[in-house]
Amino acid sequence: FSHLSFAVCGKAFLSSGSPKVCIVGSGPAGFYTAQHLLKAHQNVQVDVYERLPVPFGLVRFGVAPDHPEVKNVINTFTQTAKHPRCSFYGNVNVGEDVSVDELQEAYHAIVLSYGAEGNRSVGVPGEDLPGVYSAKDFVGWYNGLPSCQELRPDLSCETAVILGQGNVALDVARILLSPLDALKKTDITQPALEALAQSRVCRVLIVGRRGPMQVASTIKELREMVNLPGTRPEMVAADFDGVAEALKDLPRPRKRLTELMLKTALEMPTEKEQERRKKASRIWGFRFFRSPVEILAEPGCNRVAGVRLAVNKLEGSGEKAQAVLTGEVEDVPCGLVISSIGYRSLPIDPTVPFDSRRAIVPNSMGRVHNAAGLYCSGWLKTGPTGVIATTMNSSFDTARSLLEDVESGKLDVSSAKPGSHMISSLLEKRGVKPVTFSDWEKIDDLETRRGEVSGKPREKILTVAAMLKVAQT
Amino acid sequence: MAASAAARTSIGLTLRFHRVIPDCSKCPLYRLKSCTSNRANPQRRSSFNSFRTMNRHLQTSKCLSQAQEGSSNSEDPDDVVNVVFIDRSGKRIPVKGKTGDNVLFLAHKHGIELEGACEASLACSTCHVYVSAAHFDKLPEPEEREDDMLDMAPMLQENSRLACQIVLTPDLDGIELTLPKVTRNFYVDGHVPKPH
Repeated sequence: FSHLSFAVCGKAFLSSGSPKVCIVGSGPAGFYTAQHLLKAHQNVQVDVYERLPVPFGLVRFGVAPDHPEVKNVINTFTQTAKHPRCSFYGNVNVGEDVSVDELQEAYHAIVLSYGAEGNRSVGVPGEDLPGVYSAKDFVGWYNGLPSCQELRPDLSCETAVILGQGNVALDVARILLSPLDALKKTDITQPALEALAQSRVCRVLIVGRRGPMQVASTIKELREMVNLPGTRPEMVAADFDGVAEALKDLPRPRKRLTELMLKTALEMPTEKEQERRKKASRIWGFRFFRSPVEILAEPGCNRVAGVRLAVNKLEGSGEKAQAVLTGEVEDVPCGLVISSIGYRSLPIDPTVPFDSRRAIVPNSMGRVHNAAGLYCSGWLKTGPTGVIATTMNSSFDTARSLLEDVESGKLDVSSAKPGSHMISSLLEKRGVKPVTFSDWEKIDDLETRRGEVSGKPREKILTVAAMLKVAQT
Repeated sequence: MAASAAARTSIGLTLRFHRVIPDCSKCPLYRLKSCTSNRANPQRRSSFNSFRTMNRHLQTSKCLSQAQEGSSNSEDPDDVVNVVFIDRSGKRIPVKGKTGDNVLFLAHKHGIELEGACEASLACSTCHVYVSAAHFDKLPEPEEREDDMLDMAPMLQENSRLACQIVLTPDLDGIELTLPKVTRNFYVDGHVPKPH
């Protein structure tokens, strides 16, 4: 390893050349892939492209406002972005402003890590009624995602039904029912805070097709609901038949989660807890073995008034249990329906292979099938589940695959590529002005200072136009 | 990241990303609420400029001396706690820590590939390690919040702990911490281990 040659002219005299890699998407997948590439290869140049003027993807727009510690990972990503061999280009829409083909001309390899911005449809009549929202859009709304700022959800009803029982469903329930004082000190947007201050929602039912042992949420989020001040749980005891007996065979994470649910649903609360529950004005609960078959409106009124749920029974057990219709239905009156059944990746460019059934880019260990020089990481690679740690491991894997390919020659980095020079001049010709990382820091700084005024970590800027104004003037 | 930081230091390149400001959340004094430094609001994670001005006030604080890269503080042999990290390729990396050291931070100081995404705030499981059998029972019981996050870690074992919650004491001398092999690439036949 020649320090001298590296220091003198920055060109590589090494057999592995000076690879130029482009990463599409600046969320955890993009940044963790970049981090690993930069650490493992002394000459690789990594350019991260992002459609919005601001980086960090779901860390900024998905993680709940009352989970600020989860957002600490932004510090790690900031270090990566400021690495001398890393550059950030925000406000660049790959697929519109520049094509994947053009990126392939400019770079030795492309890593697609643009995540999952689409919704899974429930697929029932009434899904388009006013008052029905996807959790993705609802979360985007309270987290300041510019494309969701016009959502203006109607929170004037008492009962809300959430379809789906994963962590996103619990986040939505918790934000709907949290005491306002708790939310005031978070980075939730000002319009969302105002809407929640006027909200009359006081009962949230979290509905799932299967049973307590199949919930997709995890114990930390469940515990937060159980301990949410001002609320009390409302569960159906019969939903838990047979669960206590099955506990002993469960793996530890599932066991602890199920124990907490059982305790909350069935155990006689202590006197102190009874007092607390009596005073609680807000209610939350799981409803199991129910599938939505129709979203209902009052006759002559074009808004949601209830959900028709089919009753299921389970066939099989554990993670593989299947919900089977029994023929019974029941109607639940409500004024707000939030479907939290999963995100969905979208194809970015016709030249990139896309599996529309699974909604991912077909790949093996991050190497895109039938597409030399194309890789993927994060939710686009594995499907839209997993927390930051999951995405981290998946991204490191993709980086390793890419580096293996450089090493073996499968990825040819012997001829120099123009990299960002080519792309920058293309963008300039097309009137697209990328936002640099220090431009983002101006936005970051302004948001932080605005937040200080009201005791919040930041007051987010809510439109792309406003972001660009701060970044580029 | 820590490895590249150490590499950059040794080559004498710019210290632009060299964290000379300690992250209080990793310091045992802060976590035990014994820190006497009057550092500003830990919530504020802003630009490098504010970091530089804060540094002036921390020259003599114990937490800074523990935080500085390269200072081994091995003057007092009684304080030394020997730790062996076993990285994902199986390589043994012996390291000298001190009583009171936070093990995640110690790992970073020595360029061990152990992530700490949430910066020791029990909001992730990226610092998951396996603790040597002889020392596992010497650790204090995990608090409920640690157990909740451990539940999310792939390849959970009986001797799993989060490194950010392990603080060195003299009776942990010789402790060995193994990094889990969590990636698909490790299994040549494509086998994906199920979490325990």
